Amino acid sequence: MSQTTLTQNAHAATEPHSLDSLVSDWTTDQEVFKKVQWGKAMMWIFLLSDTFIFSCFLTSYMTVRASTMVAWPNPSEVFALTLFGQNIPLILIAIMTFVLISSSGTMALAVNFGYRRNRRATAALMLATALLGATFVGMQAFEWSKLISEGVRPWGNPWGAPQFGASFFMITGFHGLHVSIGVIYLTTIAIRVLNGVYDRNGKYEVVEIAGLYWHFVDLVWVFIFAFFYLW
Amino acid sequence: MDHATHAGHTPAAQGADAVGHDDAGQQHPLGIYFKIWALLFILSAMSYAVDYFGFQGLARWSLILIFMFLKAGLIVSVFMHMVWERLALIYAILLPPLALIVLVGLMSLEADYTHWTRILFYETPAAIEPVEHH
Repeated sequence: MSQTTLTQNAHAATEPHSLDSLVSDWTTDQEVFKKVQWGKAMMWIFLLSDTFIFSCFLTSYMTVRASTMVAWPNPSEVFALTLFGQNIPLILIAIMTFVLISSSGTMALAVNFGYRRNRRATAALMLATALLGATFVGMQAFEWSKLISEGVRPWGNPWGAPQFGASFFMITGFHGLHVSIGVIYLTTIAIRVLNGVYDRNGKYEVVEIAGLYWHFVDLVWVFIFAFFYLW
Repeated sequence: MDHATHAGHTPAAQGADAVGHDDAGQQHPLGIYFKIWALLFILSAMSYAVDYFGFQGLARWSLILIFMFLKAGLIVSVFMHMVWERLALIYAILLPPLALIVLVGLMSLEADYTHWTRILFYETPAAIEPVEHH
């Protein structure tokens, strides 16, 4: 018995279905994503897992909305604002969308200037991105307090299906958390860019990796905007 | 074989090499970003218009989905540089989310079942009549 185990261990690394082969395959230096920086590949893997998290939120929202017998509150009216004496439907969300898209634009430019080794332009564009992100979070805080003051709770609201509040707070809250973390992340990297850290080590891909995260936050908003606010 | 010759280098040096020369670390003309930026603005304005002008039913849903997928596609392909990545990375990232179609399909069946069960067992006048309008 012990003889067999020993023999197995000796051949473990070559035996394709052994536990040792699993460990050695994942821990030895191998390339799958050729010419893709490790950090970038890992950010993509993280974003993939995040995709599943947000998809679970949106799918559960779909499930509760499709199965409730009570009318769903009309987002067009719930998120309307009175501006200049006029009641404009969904206007706050539209402005938030444009703010976030603009921040994605400045981020894309920041990545480009990073690879051109333009330290100041990169840092400035990243800080602009973070500022737009902070603006977005601020508007979301306004939206939350407005809805809470109107009586929206995770367990009920004055206009219809009680699941509305639960879905709203979970989905936009988790997205807002991502934006807030992104603002901190981008500010940190921007300061490092400004200090010339990446000029010295030549790793300007760090800016691109931060950019991937930021574009993903914008990407998630595209789906939230379509499914939660417009549907 | 190419792999074996690289084996001697430290991973860090190799990484720096790759950024410096080979794929030039995703460097593209600035113009394309401005074009995509403008397109995203237009598409967002159009999705907002769907709500503003009160499209309903099939037209509303299909327009929302079309604009959503176009925006998502532009962000992933150009802003996130997916079109310029190698196929190995593209497939590793873009194929797994297709499994979500199964989840959405199952959950919509489940929601439908729950909905009809509620109608059959909890049927009350208040629940049948919508609270207001529509």
